[in-house]
Amino acid sequence: MKARAPILEWRGVTKRFGGKLVLDRLDLTVAAGRSLVIMGGSGQGKSVTLKLALGLLRPDAGKIRFEGRRLPGGLRGAQQRLYRVAGVLFQGAALFDSLTVWENVAFRLINADGLGRKVAKAAALEALEQVRLEPAVADLYPSELSGGMQKRVGLARAIVARPKILFFDEPTTGLDPVTADAINLLIVDLVKRLGCTAVSITHDVGSARTIADEIAMLDQGKVVWRGSVADLDQSRDPAVRRFVRSGARDAT
Amino acid sequence: MATAVPLTLLSPVNAVGRLTLGLMALVGSLALFAFRGLVASLSLPWYGGQVLRQCVAVGFMSLPVVGLTAVFTGAALALNIYTGGGRFNAEQIVPQIVALGITRELAPVLAALMLAGRVAATIAAEIGAMRATEQIDAMRTLSTDPFRYLVAPRILAGIATLPLLTAVADIIGIAGGWLVSTLSLGFNPTLYARATIEFIEPWDVTSGLIKAAVFGFIVTLMGCYHGYRAVGGARGVGRAATRAMVWSGVLIFATDYVLTSLFTH
Repeated sequence: MKARAPILEWRGVTKRFGGKLVLDRLDLTVAAGRSLVIMGGSGQGKSVTLKLALGLLRPDAGKIRFEGRRLPGGLRGAQQRLYRVAGVLFQGAALFDSLTVWENVAFRLINADGLGRKVAKAAALEALEQVRLEPAVADLYPSELSGGMQKRVGLARAIVARPKILFFDEPTTGLDPVTADAINLLIVDLVKRLGCTAVSITHDVGSARTIADEIAMLDQGKVVWRGSVADLDQSRDPAVRRFVRSGARDAT
Repeated sequence: MATAVPLTLLSPVNAVGRLTLGLMALVGSLALFAFRGLVASLSLPWYGGQVLRQCVAVGFMSLPVVGLTAVFTGAALALNIYTGGGRFNAEQIVPQIVALGITRELAPVLAALMLAGRVAATIAAEIGAMRATEQIDAMRTLSTDPFRYLVAPRILAGIATLPLLTAVADIIGIAGGWLVSTLSLGFNPTLYARATIEFIEPWDVTSGLIKAAVFGFIVTLMGCYHGYRAVGGARGVGRAATRAMVWSGVLIFATDYVLTSLFTH
């Protein structure tokens, strides 16, 4: 079977903070239409890997490419193209607290795409429905919502413009197991329905098993193992085995 | 062979060097931030709704505090000039000096200082909290430039509304002087008003308004700059708010001196 071309790739990416080496010549690719989960412990460089692709940090060395074009690539370059076709769910949802729920969801449509408020609100309500939120929450402010509901609103904001690629930064952190499961299933459902590529980072093995087609294990700033979810339990890599064991303990 | 210099002798030189480099880095990053802020303010797209919202937050909501400051300052100024003038039998100059002091100096500076206390800290805290909770990162990934959406509207609001606040402070400050002069210093109300109107020149007012526009830029720029660069969670946000307020105050006085000497020459 012909391998799919990578939509996003990190090539020899190095990143330091002060004297600390966080990413050490990282090589990683994401194939179009696949869901890749980057797993690893705290401080292993997962968030940095994601933020580098999103142009929120600059690499010290190496190249990051989106659809074959190097990021960031100038004012109207690949980074802007990535922003136009990407949806991002941040760890704490990162909702704008001065705006109502629907204004948060419709933010891109109003401020970047120039849509009228009426049309944007209709699209926001539709996105809220897709993440199983009642229209009644549309006029609330983020501070009036629970953590799980905020994540759902963040998810609605990420999918409202029908993205080609979705990024999830620790989608289940801080949620109770039931809500975390609901968010995981929602992610799987949305990624399938939209037919997009997904890149997630998590330290939650259960979450990774649910949402991933493939898992890449990050340790000491490098990918130490990569494989399908089915291969996870057979891995002999010590970092992966540690993670799988801790995940099993959490599950029981 | 070169003679080794003891490290203890070098430490003051190191300290001066580090301080100089730190200062240069600060000036450089502030200049770049100001440039980006100005470019975003002067080029499309503009977020009209945001500009309007900030005009209300920065300007309209500052009216009470600026008005109160102006009325008391005008009243105190009149009493001081009366006392000073009395030492060489020139009590009659109270209306002229109150008008001159208020329009050229006190109204723009005091309005700007009130804004520094009320607005610079608020802007720094708002933007700092957005930085800490990844809202600014989220905005970028939503194809919206935070400089255009967050910084430019605040800077435009500062430049537009502080001259208006100063104009109001001019009127209220002079009224404060008139009130205390007519009620307790024995001035005739009509003659006081006529002396003020006949003495004051358009440039007295205009120069104050120009100062105010510059101060408006400084105050909002300081709020945005320190908020945007806030690091370290809640503590970092608090530090950013304090820095914004202190730096606004210092820069207002320094710029006031520079502008006053330019206008004088």
